[in-house]
Amino acid sequence: MKKVYANATEALEGVLSDGMFIASGGFGLCGIPELLLDAIKDSGVKDLTFASNNAGVDDFGIGILLQTKQVKKMISSYVGENAEFMRQYLSGELELEFNPQGTLAERMRAGGAGIPGFFTKTGVGTVIAEGKLEKQFPTGPDGAMEDYIMEEGIFADLAIVKAWKADETGNLVFRKTARNFNAPAATCGKICIAEVEEIVPTGSLDPDAIHLPGIYVHRIIQGDHEKRIEQRTVREA
Amino acid sequence: MAWDRNQMAARAAQELQDGWYVNLGIGIPTLVSNYIPEGVEVTLQSENGMLGMGPFPIAGEEDADLINAGKQTITELPQTAYFDSAQSFAMIRGGKIAMAILGAMEVAENGDLANWMIPGKLVKGMGGAMDLVAGVGRVVVVMDHANKHGQSKVLKECTLPLTGKGVVDRIITNLGVLDVVEGGLKIVECAEGVSEAELRAATEATIVN
Repeated sequence: MKKVYANATEALEGVLSDGMFIASGGFGLCGIPELLLDAIKDSGVKDLTFASNNAGVDDFGIGILLQTKQVKKMISSYVGENAEFMRQYLSGELELEFNPQGTLAERMRAGGAGIPGFFTKTGVGTVIAEGKLEKQFPTGPDGAMEDYIMEEGIFADLAIVKAWKADETGNLVFRKTARNFNAPAATCGKICIAEVEEIVPTGSLDPDAIHLPGIYVHRIIQGDHEKRIEQRTVREA
Repeated sequence: MAWDRNQMAARAAQELQDGWYVNLGIGIPTLVSNYIPEGVEVTLQSENGMLGMGPFPIAGEEDADLINAGKQTITELPQTAYFDSAQSFAMIRGGKIAMAILGAMEVAENGDLANWMIPGKLVKGMGGAMDLVAGVGRVVVVMDHANKHGQSKVLKECTLPLTGKGVVDRIITNLGVLDVVEGGLKIVECAEGVSEAELRAATEATIVN
């Protein structure tokens, strides 16, 4: 089965539909599937729900889909860097569901692992717990009962991720902190499309050093990435 | 007289123990890494997927694939390990991170912490703060004792939406160090030039010793 496609537009063919639920990798602007986001914008598909830790900036990342009003709802932990996001949210055009960052990552991991719900201490006693099932477990000192809330796994229609290298079977290798949400997001989509900097011949990646096995990855494209830096910070030499 | 930002960071660095894995928040907590005591080896976790966080790069060596949780460019160390966000928060939720040092808007005498949202103001999100305070072994808050209106941020009860309930172990402010104990807060020490009476007067929360 051929997984390699010529470009993002071809890789998205037959996959997109209005109102679909997309899980995206990336943290800030680091490791975001920028080519696929561009192609989703060009497709004109709308009413999208995104599970993504952040919402990009006004002219990069998911931000470009906000400019064109293609996003209906965001599930994110932090959205501070995006003026258009705030404008649409405050005017009621855009729905927003805040998830604690680790809860969002685990919801993706759980969904990908076939786990519809899990219990966590994160958010107990906060607004995050409102409306959620609560249960106690004997995890405290000397078996003392502690409070937990149930969070649900994410089962997305589509996952879009960015990796450093792929082989032709979809085995992925990430680079440094650009791995972030890409691995859990990839697992929780019915279909996962990965964009990479380099597709290498099958057999040239070390099987012991694969970060995400190709079973999770259905389509792959190679392309040039801008890889924008959000907060360039340096020290004196 | 009281501690300035760097003195608060230096005091917070005294909390670190050899061999610990720790997570430092944004702001004054970031400065703590400048004051790690001689002979104490700690490994800094960045919750976007890294253990063994190094200093900022020198100009020209920035790498778009290597950032911290504040999205700043950083560097790696010989002991650095990278992992995904699910594993990052698995080690946080699983109690493997010994301590988090965080900033705060308000702390209450029962250990409640508020540091993510002010109703009516722009809400940016909690990021990883709720996961950190719920999961790490020990939570130390470093903040100014009073807000810009001169009101105590060390309260009987938080007025802002909580980040975590009963999660704070120790508070380090410009005026001193306080521990959350049964019934209220206990003074551990006063900042240089600050009397116990001044610290008590500046604190709304119940002080039990």
